[in-house]
Amino acid sequence: MTEGVRTEGGETVVLEDRSETLAVGGRELGSRLIVGTGKYSDNATMVEAIRASGAAMVTVAVRRVDLDRTQEEGILHHLDPHEFFLLANTAGCYSAEEAIRYARLARAAGFNDFLKLEVIGDQETLLPDVQETIEAAKVLTEDGFKVMAYTNDDLVTALRLEDVGCIAVMPLASPIGSGLGLVNPYFIREIKRRLEVPVIVDAGVGTASDACLTMEQGVDGILMNTALAAADDPVGMATAMRYAVRAGRLAFLAGRMPSREIAVPSSPTRGMLD
Amino acid sequence: MSGAGRSKRGDTVGVRINGEDRKVPRGLDVRSLLEWLELTPELVVVERNLEILERDQYGSVTVEDGDALEVVHFVGGGLASSTFPEEMES
Repeated sequence: MTEGVRTEGGETVVLEDRSETLAVGGRELGSRLIVGTGKYSDNATMVEAIRASGAAMVTVAVRRVDLDRTQEEGILHHLDPHEFFLLANTAGCYSAEEAIRYARLARAAGFNDFLKLEVIGDQETLLPDVQETIEAAKVLTEDGFKVMAYTNDDLVTALRLEDVGCIAVMPLASPIGSGLGLVNPYFIREIKRRLEVPVIVDAGVGTASDACLTMEQGVDGILMNTALAAADDPVGMATAMRYAVRAGRLAFLAGRMPSREIAVPSSPTRGMLD
Repeated sequence: MSGAGRSKRGDTVGVRINGEDRKVPRGLDVRSLLEWLELTPELVVVERNLEILERDQYGSVTVEDGDALEVVHFVGGGLASSTFPEEMES
């Protein structure tokens, strides 16, 4: 019997906690869905959407305080750090040096030593700079950070990131904010198959079916932001994503039937009337 | 530190905060500076001349003339496109 499912008196019972929890960096999170907090039209919608998604871990970015208060105030005025596990990211950084600086500022905020490392290499596609990412991951891991590294859907880079001590590797489904969904299920499966640390797909998911398909590849979790924030109804989409991530995980655990390009009848061919 | 930024009356010092030149009262420690800026010390992180200050240092580090300070906090963000990159000075 697969993980997360057992039979009781002939009935299959789904162990909800095992299909829904994500163990990463010594933490047990109550959801395999991690969400970002950017781009929402207002803070009330953001908080409501995060709650609807069931996410336990949320990402936040480090930015200058606006001394003239013309911009939004800090997110901690809206998001309770006791309700959600804050995962600081290095979003917007273009070099290892810059990412390391932002990481240390984030840790000094005093919440935890987890970090979502992201080093962008190209402004147009927002694809990661894997060389700088590996370099930063190495330095930050040695410095005691629990690094969850955003990367391409490239197996060798994923292996290197695991080698330098990342606690999770986060390959993209497709470019950040694109909503193109999972463009390379084969590579994602291959990364999951070869790594020992959790594989959490990060970026590119557009709607519930994308999330479900991604989880069906066997990955440990998904991180998304724009798919919720840019939906017409972020709270509704967050609810859909919660079910999609869980459905995808359960389908993976259940083991799908083989697909084939010929029809096979599912009713007996014998016993038909003359 | 050079005294070039000092006002004639000597009651302020010139510092650079988040990329902007500002005059602030002389003799403030970092905690008092944050309060003077109407910020909550527990919700921000301060980098002074490229060195991060721990919160328990705020009361003992005095803001000097010519200091470059970065005051940051957590904002909403997911990935690169969902935040607004803003260059910090190095």
